[in-house]
Amino acid sequence: MKLKEICRELGLEVRTAKEKLGREVTGGYASDLLSCVMARAQSGNIWVTLQGHPNIVAVASLLNLAGIVLTEGVEPDAGTLTKAEEEGVAILTTPLTSYSVVGKLFDLGVPGAD
Amino acid sequence: MAQITRLQELAYEVKIEEVMTRDPVTVSPETSMSDLRAILRDHRISGAPVVEDGVLVGIVSIEDLIKALAAGEMDAQVGAKMTRDPMTVYADETVVLAVNYFDRQRFGRFPVIDREGELVGILTRGDIIRGLLKQLELEYHQEEVLRHRFSQVFEEFIADLTSITLHRQVVARDFQNAGEASSRIKRVLGRLGVSPQIIRRVAIATYELEINIVIHTDEGGEIIAEIQPQKILIRAVDRGPGIPDVAKAMEPGYSTAPDWIREMGFGAGVGLTNVKRCADEMLIESPGGLWTSVKVVIYLDQNQPAGEKQAA
Repeated sequence: MKLKEICRELGLEVRTAKEKLGREVTGGYASDLLSCVMARAQSGNIWVTLQGHPNIVAVASLLNLAGIVLTEGVEPDAGTLTKAEEEGVAILTTPLTSYSVVGKLFDLGVPGAD
Repeated sequence: MAQITRLQELAYEVKIEEVMTRDPVTVSPETSMSDLRAILRDHRISGAPVVEDGVLVGIVSIEDLIKALAAGEMDAQVGAKMTRDPMTVYADETVVLAVNYFDRQRFGRFPVIDREGELVGILTRGDIIRGLLKQLELEYHQEEVLRHRFSQVFEEFIADLTSITLHRQVVARDFQNAGEASSRIKRVLGRLGVSPQIIRRVAIATYELEINIVIHTDEGGEIIAEIQPQKILIRAVDRGPGIPDVAKAMEPGYSTAPDWIREMGFGAGVGLTNVKRCADEMLIESPGGLWTSVKVVIYLDQNQPAGEKQAA
């Protein structure tokens, strides 16, 4: 499933890297602990988190993730948006909770990273 | 259609004299083949220009030596076995010319002469690649954007010991730029054509080591990545305060990070566990709580064991 379709289905707001929406999403991972994300999330995964600071861009970029979903209306730091645009990392925001986002992703057939 | 790569550009810019081996070992036409064998072995070279009264008269290679050995002619003189009037290149010509020669000719090396005809050096493919990589490394340090892969080049010269070393300072408490060193190393590996699985392991290991320096040190430190044909060495060195109990620090879930750092999602206590899982070899030193050095080796050979592969 393409990132674009996920954004449409979940009503996610695309904040950065619109050019990356054509990417195929290989699976999903949810955690707010960065080392856990580093250990588990796989290339092409969509990452669901509450963290909005710039280091999430480094993590997503290093792991070649398809995109980051910031939940519960978390507003990414200004530095995060600038950096994400530079690195071509798609940041998507939603008022939904992480739990609901993951549930909807599962319904769409996006599997877990494990 | 054909994109000009930075490496190709460099081949047009760099002169042969900048990359050649100077003052090469030479032999005379009277040297015996068995003496030549000792000379090549002692200097670890695969050929030498033949000089008589200061004038270049030929070139002799390990191939000639093997032929003589097979024919039982090790007592013969170099003069009888060498290639006469070898093709030469001028020291002030650009590297691209030599690259073209190597493509078209079967020779493994060219004697380099100056415009007076004097022998000033010898040039092998290895000299060219080392010279160009050194140049690229310099440009990397100047933080210019490297744009191109040179994996093919690496493969072609894999027999030569070639390495690239990247240094990156890491600033304590700078969460804004944390991950920058790892990103740069990842980018270079990508351009070198290293496999995605290896890149992933290097990226995870360097990221965790970098974050550790950001979180736990007073004055920051440095990440050094040395890329060799067979392996990647990563070193993270800081200026303290050091780890009082290394065994404890290795336990999954053990963390000394303060709450405000944990709230950002760092300091979960699994950083070093992640590093270990990605490393083929890992060594932590932290003597007397003065400083910490973590060394990690990751082999480029896919057949090497690694926990991260099993976990993935």
